Amino acid sequence: MKIEVAGQNAFIVYFAEQTSAAVSARIQAAADSILASMGGTIVDLVPSYASLLVVFDLDRSDPFAVRRQLRAALANLSDTDAGAGELVTLPVYYSHESGPDLEVIAERGGISVEQVIEIHQQQEYRVYAIGFAPGFAYLGEVDERIAAPRLATPRQKVPRGAVAIADRQTAVYPAVSPGGWNLIGLCPTRMFDPAAEPSMPVKVGDRVRFSAIDREQFLAQGGEL
Amino acid sequence: MSGFSVTQPGLLSLLHDRGRYGAHKLGLTTGGPLDFVAFDWANRLLGNDANATCLEVSFGGLVLQAEVDTSFVITGATAPCKLNGEPVQQWRTADIRAGDRLEIGFATCGTRVYLAVSGGFDIAPSFGSSSTVLREKIGGLNGDKLQAGDHLPCAAQRLPGAYCLPESELPDYAAAVTLRVVPGYQQAAFSATQQWRFFNSEYRLTDRCDRMGFRLEGENVHSDIVGMLSEGICLGAIQIPADGQPIVLMNDRQTIGGYPKIGSVIALDTSRLAQLSPGDSVRFEAISIEQAHNIHTLARARFLRSEPQPC
Repeated sequence: MKIEVAGQNAFIVYFAEQTSAAVSARIQAAADSILASMGGTIVDLVPSYASLLVVFDLDRSDPFAVRRQLRAALANLSDTDAGAGELVTLPVYYSHESGPDLEVIAERGGISVEQVIEIHQQQEYRVYAIGFAPGFAYLGEVDERIAAPRLATPRQKVPRGAVAIADRQTAVYPAVSPGGWNLIGLCPTRMFDPAAEPSMPVKVGDRVRFSAIDREQFLAQGGEL
Repeated sequence: MSGFSVTQPGLLSLLHDRGRYGAHKLGLTTGGPLDFVAFDWANRLLGNDANATCLEVSFGGLVLQAEVDTSFVITGATAPCKLNGEPVQQWRTADIRAGDRLEIGFATCGTRVYLAVSGGFDIAPSFGSSSTVLREKIGGLNGDKLQAGDHLPCAAQRLPGAYCLPESELPDYAAAVTLRVVPGYQQAAFSATQQWRFFNSEYRLTDRCDRMGFRLEGENVHSDIVGMLSEGICLGAIQIPADGQPIVLMNDRQTIGGYPKIGSVIALDTSRLAQLSPGDSVRFEAISIEQAHNIHTLARARFLRSEPQPC
């Protein structure tokens, strides 16, 4: 673990070279510990794959004190502090109609479309980071058999709720946006709803499972085609 | 509620308070005024709360109709401002009456003009802030920039007198800008030669400069990094993608990103950068995080010590 300067009021803590569920859990534990011990001086925290950005209030503290407090907050971490995160199940309507890239992924992996759908559901994913857009959660890591590179030409318009794969990551688009990920289905759950409390069903460090629903269930749960 | 109606919205007029903090965990950026120095003075001159909501008028073209008797002030970029056709001075509070027409023309020096009203505009916060971020469709009025016909609510609240900025504090937006940088992030992955080149060259603003980031052009700079994991990005972070041309990330930046960064411009200087136009030049200067802290503290003390002048 190392602490580097990020900016005049920010440090970034690097936990590992690569990401893993254990690293992600440690980052979450570190974020909790930092908030608990130095909450009054922290302006924002950005957990990501293998790092945690810590932004502090220059009018309430200074870089000397913050670095010292950070070291202390991080020193007391043990792996047992690592929370397992909550398990969230997201329903997905997998089909040709809702997942135009299912076929391409199946061909790439030399498997059937049914197998792609099955493999995507087999595993528990970890929320490694949230960013790109409000509510966009990066989930990892998908089975190598269904991993697929981003599209050469991104789509102008990806629908809200699109369940997608890029390399070994998967995600649900929280809103209509341009996007280059491979689309395999649609999820009726709102990933970001400013009016709801909480506004997101997941947070960094949580675990996610996908579970297939049919067209009728998708529509009944508020999905739109 | 009383307020102002928007006759002509201008190119890009956005409601902002000091910014949205603590919401990065949802992927929400900070937003807030690009030039916080001019923003802070606008609220200070009116005796407003430091976080009161103002209008950031980029480039100009705004026309408002008052439906309230109150006081206002215009700070930031120099622009021809008129009240009922008569010139009004910037950096000086003035009164306005219901029925008056307030115009902010196109900026002639600098690019961001700030309009504050006594007590601030009354905008319901989203995620703790009124700041408008277009990309996220959050803040302001329905997450959008001002449109003709919009209503900007505010209280009827006249100041007892007029106040001016002390002359010594007037910014000079025409002056040459050196952006002070706290080296950090992947700095070590830039060789001594690359760093020397970066800190000893002049960079021009391209026309791809917006509230997310300012793309500069000049000497190429390269790091030894091939691929890296996305990580949190702070205000002013200088991202250097494969083409070797720096991007200074501003208030509406994405919260995480995967390009190498050589360090971050201090906030006082992202404020200066925001007032520049495409084609203008800047240089970078490396300072330590301790120096950056001193600069911030001195500027803050000076701001608090400089009283608005009755005039």
